Amino acid sequence: MALTRSVHPTFAVLERHLTLYRRLWQASVFSSFVMPVLFLLSIGIGVGGYVGSVQGVDYLSWIVPGVLASTAFQIAVGESTYAVLGDFKWVRAYHAMRATPVNVADMVRGHLLYLVFRVTVTVLAFLVVVVFFGGLHSPWAPATVLVCALVTVAVAAPVTAFAATIDQDSYFALLFRLIVLPAALFSGVFFPVEQLVVGFRLLAYASPLWHAVELCRAATLGRAPAWPVWAHAGYLLVWAVVGVVLAVRAFRGRLED
Amino acid sequence: MADQPLIVARGLVKRFGDFTAVDGIDLEVAPGEAFGFLGPNGAGKSSTMRMIGCVSVPTAGELRILGMDAVRDGPRIRARLGVCPQLDNLDPDLTVRENLVTYARYFGLSRAESRRRADELLEFVQLSDRANGKVEPLSGGMKRRLTIARAMVNEPDLVLLDEPTTGLDPQARHLLWERLFRLKQRGATLVLTTHYMDEAEQLCDRLVVMDGGRIVAEGSPRSLIETYSTAEVVELRFPDGLEGVAGHAAALAGVGKRVDPLPDRVLVYVDDGDAALAEVQRRGLEPSSVLVRRSTLEDVFLHLTGRTLVD
Repeated sequence: MALTRSVHPTFAVLERHLTLYRRLWQASVFSSFVMPVLFLLSIGIGVGGYVGSVQGVDYLSWIVPGVLASTAFQIAVGESTYAVLGDFKWVRAYHAMRATPVNVADMVRGHLLYLVFRVTVTVLAFLVVVVFFGGLHSPWAPATVLVCALVTVAVAAPVTAFAATIDQDSYFALLFRLIVLPAALFSGVFFPVEQLVVGFRLLAYASPLWHAVELCRAATLGRAPAWPVWAHAGYLLVWAVVGVVLAVRAFRGRLED
Repeated sequence: MADQPLIVARGLVKRFGDFTAVDGIDLEVAPGEAFGFLGPNGAGKSSTMRMIGCVSVPTAGELRILGMDAVRDGPRIRARLGVCPQLDNLDPDLTVRENLVTYARYFGLSRAESRRRADELLEFVQLSDRANGKVEPLSGGMKRRLTIARAMVNEPDLVLLDEPTTGLDPQARHLLWERLFRLKQRGATLVLTTHYMDEAEQLCDRLVVMDGGRIVAEGSPRSLIETYSTAEVVELRFPDGLEGVAGHAAALAGVGKRVDPLPDRVLVYVDDGDAALAEVQRRGLEPSSVLVRRSTLEDVFLHLTGRTLVD
């Protein structure tokens, strides 16, 4: 009577996202790949020509890891807002899953695995482009893939929890204006956070993006990050774990009564 | 296991804050049965269905599905249920076939098996020619059929259909009924909610009428009509229209078992329509139109749940 299961429900959820992505990927190529490369060229080479070097390396090499981590950050947030709310409110895909053996933890894990996949593909493509511009200076550079995967979960999980809690998409405007945009500007992507006054610097330290940027920069430039590696990674891990707990709780609250 | 009931509910209660949606119901559904919940909006049908589907936790009472506990064994029970929800939740950006394959994977089926069943079910619900098309342009009836196909993808022991034909045109409804009837012939156990009496009469072996969270009647469509109505109903309209109804109703007292004055006509519940008409003439009443018809579930339903609009 019992069905022999040939795929874990978490991967079945991942598969749904991948099937959808296969239909919609063209739309995402621009925002998740072309945009960062354009950024890199205009700011890295254009602005970099005036700036010269930062912390002992050319500006292009200095912002490569920042743009990498920032791209992961943008994808993680972007894909955990309207997409998540929509699957509750309009598509009701999560209600459909709820009627099957898929449980809420599978839904959250499937979504996060999908984002890790999306980010990994983007980061790898980006790294290949950067190699041709001489932007990588250390054999540790591939470790950026792991860092980007970690920051993806650290950011996507709490945003997913938020998206699963609200009922109106207008809250996303607040999220983008008050949290995402400042984080993207002041997390050491384009300039060292040491430039910031102390108050703002503390906010940068609180931002998971800054920790990811530090780790990525350490990996591509082959130098030690601001804090010990375990401290940066540990901080991201705490965000990830707390975020997943919150997301599972939010899904449960929305789907169970 | 074979003859054990698939659903057993004892004193089942569902409350949302102060509101009691389901107020202590008992029921059993046997394998192979087509069982219906009939009732006006807000009667507690959907809340009951959601508890049976193991997506809503009962506030009190006992609920066993397929011999397992609905609260503790949710995932194991859901693995063997097919659910067709009231609101469509198909993936609009996936193709018709992808919707089925994706859903089959939620049940852990292999890719090959998922595809095989998807094609077979598309054949069954007559959507094979739309297999590679998107869901969005499908008509309401087609989407419903696809949702029913999706509910069958795990070869469920129990199929739950929450208002399966609400909002469909007559052709789409009849096609759907015919497909559901075939499912039943294949031995599937169907549990459905509806507020269409013709649907209940078409599909259900046995049904309960719910009102205000309680079961107010239970039986086969025929036995419900026998118990709560009469064999025939005489509908009389009078030329003086709306004003005279009360007086005419009084004049008709004793003609049948029950007289039900409506704003525009009077219903007389009788065993023999022709004899009742003769009596009407003998009393010198002159209706402008006369209709003698068989009693339907609608008469039972309106008798039990009243004519007040609930919404």
